[in-house]
Amino acid sequence: MDLFTFIKPKNELEKSDEADVKKPFVPDEMWEKCPECGTLLLTTDIEENLRVCSKCNHHFRLNARERVNMVADKDSFVEMDADMESRNIIDFPDYDEKLEKNKLKSGEKESVICGTCKLHGIDTVIVSMNSEFMMGSMGTVTGDKITRAFEYATEHMLPIIVFTVSGGARMQEGILSLMQMAKTSGAVKMHSDAGLLYITVLTDPTSGGVTASFAMEGDIILAEPKALIAFAGPRVIEQTIRQKLPRDFQTAEFVLQKGFVDKVVDRRHLKETLSHLLKIHNYGEVEQ
Amino acid sequence: MSAFEKVAAARSTKKLTALDYINALFSESFIELHGDRNYGDDKAVVGGVGLLNDMPVTVIGLEKGRNTLERMERNFGAAHPEGYRKALRLMKQAEKFHRPILTFVDTSGAFCGIGAEERGQGHAIATNLMEMMALKTPILSIFIGEGGSGGAIALAVADEVWMMENAVYSVISPEGCASILWKDSSRAAEAAECLKLTANDLFELGVIERILREPTVENGKMFESLKLLICRTFEKNLAVDGAQLARMRYNRFRKIGAQKPELITE
Repeated sequence: MDLFTFIKPKNELEKSDEADVKKPFVPDEMWEKCPECGTLLLTTDIEENLRVCSKCNHHFRLNARERVNMVADKDSFVEMDADMESRNIIDFPDYDEKLEKNKLKSGEKESVICGTCKLHGIDTVIVSMNSEFMMGSMGTVTGDKITRAFEYATEHMLPIIVFTVSGGARMQEGILSLMQMAKTSGAVKMHSDAGLLYITVLTDPTSGGVTASFAMEGDIILAEPKALIAFAGPRVIEQTIRQKLPRDFQTAEFVLQKGFVDKVVDRRHLKETLSHLLKIHNYGEVEQ
Repeated sequence: MSAFEKVAAARSTKKLTALDYINALFSESFIELHGDRNYGDDKAVVGGVGLLNDMPVTVIGLEKGRNTLERMERNFGAAHPEGYRKALRLMKQAEKFHRPILTFVDTSGAFCGIGAEERGQGHAIATNLMEMMALKTPILSIFIGEGGSGGAIALAVADEVWMMENAVYSVISPEGCASILWKDSSRAAEAAECLKLTANDLFELGVIERILREPTVENGKMFESLKLLICRTFEKNLAVDGAQLARMRYNRFRKIGAQKPELITE
């Protein structure tokens, strides 16, 4: 017994046994702690708030399907190329196991899902990357699916909305991953030359080969608050220059200030913003 | 040679740099052009115009420098955004005057630093990839040393990519790969093997068109035959309609890792 507890008078509650105290029973999965401000939040409340902390506005990470559901009209998403999945093409050690593990973990076959949907009734192609699958890294299938989504949009004269989240090119597929940067960029260019609208939504974190290709090629580049947006991640830079980086370096707000993002949009206003932008570009006009 | 010995050879300071090739191929006809017209002049990127057997050519190289002082001045060939933007400016200029573009790639990668991030390294590379794909003039890239990831491909969206026999081209450095995968950068040799980064590997993977014997300064004949090879390739591609050529360039990349036939039909 230390001095403090010795002199502190005990009240009735403290005297009683722990087991006697009746605490409300709350299963763990009902709570989530905000990693930013530490507030304990009811999972149902977070879900209702589009997974944004009601205290500090921290945007929790979403997986690819949650993102699509957030902006697509109910039941309007039709997935394309859902059957495409990565193979260990250059025979990289432990890659097969890693792929299997990530498929199980994410319930997805690749780090991106693509398809068409309606957004307030407006037809659009939608691409959503997934941080739960190998940190959204871009392998050949990722690149191929995204390329095909742009080609589909070009062929059908549709706009395209891309949610990015990625650690960069996938090293387990070597040089073939790097080639996807050029390939996707070529598909973006064709879509652009056809006079069609491409909106990027950068989410936390977007980095490496994805930042250095289609993520930065949108006609309009939006970002989620506080998202890390970088070419080289902070750790790589700290190692190179051997000094600590300021805390806000490479946040969406920082990148906006440097001129590489058009607008930082709160998740709760994103659908409105996207549909407004589509309308301004004459999509969703009543067909004759 | 093992993959990691190739990496060491590609990084060797004894290796010919981009300027060595430019001087040997263009001799006095090369005029260097500076600046990106936005921010500054990045010395890690050398660019200009010259004559290759009387053929006007725009030539751009990632230059590491040939001695310690030069290497520091040129940031060891690690370019900043303004370097890539200078390259794009010169390539657009080449398209305007319908000159073929020759690039020499030799870099450990695009520079990772505060200024590079602030000025949009990702944006600069992305823009080059997108614009190069559509340039209506022939582009040929030759890897003469290190081909480090995004910083290399930003100058290598070409009709054909050639590599010197001791050059490498990789998505990540072997050290970086080993430290991410095994938390141990000393296993770089093992990583180099896995990454398939040698000229032979890349030829087999269909990423490059040609492997070249490395010329030496003493052997002028080798430069002459390289010059001839480059000129012939340019002549062949200059005969193709510009839009068609850009389309062929897209298809060249489109087929790498393609899982299904293409969607767009002409």
